[in-house]
Amino acid sequence: MTLELSATVLERGLDLSLRVEEHEVLALLGPNGSGKSTVLSVIAGLLRPDRGRARLADRVLFDIAASGGPHAWVPPHDRGVALLAQEPLLFPHLSALDNVAFGPRSAGHSRTRARALAARWLEEVDATPLATRRPAQLSGGQAQRIAVARALAADPRLLLLDEPMAALDVAVAPALRQMLRRVLHGRTAVIVTHDVLDALLLSDRVLVVEDGHVVEHGPTAQVLARPRSPFAARIAGLNMVRGTLDGHGVRSAEGLHVDGLADQPLTPGGPGVAVFRPSAVGVYRHPPGGSPRNVFESTVTELEPFGDQFRVRTADLSADVTAAAVADLDLTLGTRVVLTVKASEVAIYPA
Amino acid sequence: MATGPRQVGLPAWLFLPAALGALFVLLPLAAMLTRIRWSHFLALVGSESSVAALLLSLRTSTASTVLCVVLGVPMAMVLARTSFRGQQLLRSLVLLPLVLPPVVGGIALLYTFGRRGLLGHSLDVLGIQVAFSTTAVVMAQTFVALPFLVVSLEGALRSAGQRYEAVAATLGARPTTVFRRVTLPLVLPGLASGAVLSFARSLGEFGATITFAGSLQGVTRTLPLEIYLQRETDPDAAVALSLVLVVVAVVVLGLARGGRGIR
Repeated sequence: MTLELSATVLERGLDLSLRVEEHEVLALLGPNGSGKSTVLSVIAGLLRPDRGRARLADRVLFDIAASGGPHAWVPPHDRGVALLAQEPLLFPHLSALDNVAFGPRSAGHSRTRARALAARWLEEVDATPLATRRPAQLSGGQAQRIAVARALAADPRLLLLDEPMAALDVAVAPALRQMLRRVLHGRTAVIVTHDVLDALLLSDRVLVVEDGHVVEHGPTAQVLARPRSPFAARIAGLNMVRGTLDGHGVRSAEGLHVDGLADQPLTPGGPGVAVFRPSAVGVYRHPPGGSPRNVFESTVTELEPFGDQFRVRTADLSADVTAAAVADLDLTLGTRVVLTVKASEVAIYPA
Repeated sequence: MATGPRQVGLPAWLFLPAALGALFVLLPLAAMLTRIRWSHFLALVGSESSVAALLLSLRTSTASTVLCVVLGVPMAMVLARTSFRGQQLLRSLVLLPLVLPPVVGGIALLYTFGRRGLLGHSLDVLGIQVAFSTTAVVMAQTFVALPFLVVSLEGALRSAGQRYEAVAATLGARPTTVFRRVTLPLVLPGLASGAVLSFARSLGEFGATITFAGSLQGVTRTLPLEIYLQRETDPDAAVALSLVLVVVAVVVLGLARGGRGIR
């Protein structure tokens, strides 16, 4: 079931195209308000775009021209597209089993047959003992598992997941993530997330959306290892300086110059990025001597615990330092610092 | 509907007008009780005309409540779930009977369905005469009670939101299935309280009924009409029947509260 979509929603500033191959899970990454959820609503048929077209396998879902052109619209219930939202939204008046049986019932199965199917899906998500419970008697994690079973029981040709872990306790999210990893295998799905773990574990490819436009796409591992957009760099936990390529480095519009290593010939003057890990950044109060490195003067804007270290943020960059270093350097918000990174730790590539 | 512990205290002076308001409602009811001649109560209430009026009231109010549900549910759905030009205006007009004097409603009905009314002649040709019949009583009651059901259900629909309906649709449910299996069950408490309000309003209907349906014993003379007539000739009977109406109203409200607890 290949999905091809192009859609414009003027009100939300959305204008993008995407393609999901059969048996592929595509992750939509992007900051809040970038239009990711709008994309899902358009695919599900809950929002009518101003123009665009979508095709799932050999079936046109909608085809809306600016004016006077072709016009086609398949209503949501007829698309074979199930949507799993942030909140489980189980029907409060139905038991867990009847919630899961809702899809099969709507497809015309008898009550007995629908319940038998539902029982199978409850088993698939390890929720058989919850079958007779009402949604009000379920925890958030349990409810979301049953919502997954309900979506799958509808036998969708395409599954849409809108930040399915966002409303859950951190304690139960990993179990649900593993379960999703299992049930998504071999399915065609689109998952909206801003969690790097979701992207890494669940998706084959990612699409980074900012302000309603695609800014980057590619295989998940590649995008997270060599991000080209600030958002992808941020969720991958990497420092990124964007600017113009010159010689062996990148010069940003703000005047920052970063030297590094390139694994391919660079075109001077073209757009490029310099990417490096926060743990490769050294923090000093005064410019150090020694081997040639990249040196940036800056001010601490944020200081937060990060694992067994501290992450020091400045306007443009982050650095990971030990608690001892924070004490030695007497770092607080507003402290003037000098950040350094060896050129050998910096990857330079065209953006 | 359990309320949590009170977070912020009420200003003390608020209790005085609140108590006055409660007294204002309860005192007249108590005053009525003091005027009832209990020794004659059963004879007064059990008279042929009283029983006929009570049964007619219950029958017509039930019929008009059913009509309110049949017409009001679709109206509330259209008002809450669609948007079109002039919707606000239409809503205001449809809810007009809420604020209209019932006697004006009766006149309006008379000039629509009465013998010389807008549709009266056509109905006459078909051999149907509406005015001054039990049907007219039901129509008058439906006219004044319908907005109660629409308002109460539209509010329930709006606060229930459309998210469950959207999920149901993506699970493959056609609009009729969504309506039957998701929307209606979710707003059932709102629908029940709307129906109870409509029933209570129908039971108390007077002005539109007497204008459009007249006052024929056993045909159009409902309990409120009977009470009004008795008041002229036999005040004791009027008070006794009033108590019956109060009891019926209390029972209806009690049923509504009980029904809300089931869910």
